[in-house]
Amino acid sequence: MSILDREHIVAPMTYNRWLVPPAALCVHLCIGQAYAFSVFNLPMTKLIGIAEPAPDDWSIPALGWIFSIAIVFLGLSAAVAGTWLDRVGPRKAMFTAACCFGGGFLVSAIGVATHQLWIVYLGYGVLGGCGLGIGYISPVKTLITWFPDRPGMATGMAIMGFGGGAFIASPLSVWLMSHFKTETDMGVTATFVTLGIVYFVFMSIGAVIVRVPAANWRPAGYTPPAQPKKLMTDQTVHVDQALKTPQFYLLWWVLCLNVTAGIGVLGQASAMSQEMFPGRITAEAAAGFVGLLSLFNMAGRFFWASTSDFIGRKNTYFIFFALGIFLYAIVPSTAHMGSIVLFVLCYGIILSMYGGGFATIPAYLRDIFGVQYVGAIHGRLLTAWSAAGVFGPVLVNYIREYQINNGVAKADAYTVTMYIMAGLLLIGSLCNLAVKAVHDRHHLQVQDQPAQ
Amino acid sequence: MDGNGTKKDYTLQVILAWLLVGIPLIWGVWKTALNAMKLFQ
Repeated sequence: MSILDREHIVAPMTYNRWLVPPAALCVHLCIGQAYAFSVFNLPMTKLIGIAEPAPDDWSIPALGWIFSIAIVFLGLSAAVAGTWLDRVGPRKAMFTAACCFGGGFLVSAIGVATHQLWIVYLGYGVLGGCGLGIGYISPVKTLITWFPDRPGMATGMAIMGFGGGAFIASPLSVWLMSHFKTETDMGVTATFVTLGIVYFVFMSIGAVIVRVPAANWRPAGYTPPAQPKKLMTDQTVHVDQALKTPQFYLLWWVLCLNVTAGIGVLGQASAMSQEMFPGRITAEAAAGFVGLLSLFNMAGRFFWASTSDFIGRKNTYFIFFALGIFLYAIVPSTAHMGSIVLFVLCYGIILSMYGGGFATIPAYLRDIFGVQYVGAIHGRLLTAWSAAGVFGPVLVNYIREYQINNGVAKADAYTVTMYIMAGLLLIGSLCNLAVKAVHDRHHLQVQDQPAQ
Repeated sequence: MDGNGTKKDYTLQVILAWLLVGIPLIWGVWKTALNAMKLFQ
C-alpha cells in the first residue's frame, strides 16, 4: 500500500504546516473517547434484563476490565510500535490506528450482540487499546518536525485533543444509545457499530491530510539557533541508547509522579467533593465539578505545553511540582474554610498541570534526545502512564479506606492523601532537577544516522 | 510550487480542516461547560 508510505507523503515546499495539527486532532479527538467509555458501563449491565440487571448480565467490576485492558495495551503498543512508526511515517501509523480503534468497536459490537464478554475484552481492550497507543504517538514526531520553532505548542494542540475527545464522545454515545434503544435492546450494539465506522472515517481523514516536511524544509523566517540552548540538543540519541541514559528514567519518574498525583484525584473527584463539602455539593453539582476539572485538564495541555516553548521544559515541570505541592498542601484548608471556589480553583490548576505534564513531555524528550527517535522514545516513556494509572487510584482509594476504617471523618479522610500527593510531587521535583544534558558518548555519530 | 511549477494556495484547505475538528470540539466543550455550571447553581 504505497500511498501510505512515508515517501509518498513528503509535502511540497509551499505546503501550509497548519494543516498538520488538524490532521493530528482527527486522531486524538477520536481516541480521547477512551476517557468516556464509562458511559457504556450501566447500559452494558442490563443487556439481557433491559429494565434491571438480570442474573446473567455482566457486572460493573467485570466491565471495568475493558478500560483497564485498553490502557495496558495503550502503553504496550506505544512502546512496541514506536520504532516501527518512526520508520514508516505518520500516515501508515494513523491508518493502522484507525483500523485498530474502529475495528475494536466493531469486534466489541459482535461481543455485545452475542453476549460474550471476552470478545469485548479482545475488541475494545486489545485491538482498541493498540489503536489508542499507536494513534497517541503517531503525529508527535511529525508535529515536532513541522514546528521546530514551537514544538511544545504543536504537540500540545494534538494532546489537547485527547483530553477533549471525551467531551464529544460522552454526549454522542448517550444520544446514540437513546436513539437505537428499543424495548428489547439497549442500543449498545448499534452504537458501537456507528462509533466504529465514524471513528474509522474521521481518523482516516487525518491520515489523508497528514504530510511530512522535505528534508531541507524550514519554516519561513526560522533559522535554527547556532548554539543550542542549555538542555536542548542538536544531536541524535538512538532509542535503544536512550534507554541506557539516566535522563530517560528520570523523565519516566517525572511523568509517572506527575500523572499519579493527578489521576488519583480525577478518578475520585466526584466522591471527594461531596465528602469534603457534605450537604453543600450535591451529586449533580459533583458531576459538574468533574466536568470542570476535565476542561482544566484539556486547556492545561495547550497552555502549559505552549508556555514551555518560552520558559523551557525543565522550568515548566518545576512549576508543576512546586505549585502542585503548594496546592495539595492547602486543599484541606480550603475544605476547613468552607470555600468551594478556592477548592475548585486549587483542583482546576492541579488538573491543568496534570494535562500539561502529558503535553509537555514530547518536547522535553525532543530537547534531550533529539528529533530523530522522539516518537519511539515517547512511546516507551508512556509505560509511565500505565504505571501511574495503577498507582494513583490505588493510592487514593486505599488511603481513604484506611482512614475511614480508623475512625477519621469522611470530610477529613482525604487530608493524608493530599499530603502524600505533595510528597510524590516533591520526589518528582528532585527527579526533574537531576535532569542534565545527555553525555556526548550517547549521541549517534554522523555516519550512523539514518537518512531523513 | 507544486509539480507543475504553479504555486498552490492551501488557505481553504486549512480553514476546512480546522472547521472539521473545531466544530465537534467546541460542541463538546460547550456541553461540558453547561454541565459544569451546575456546580455553582
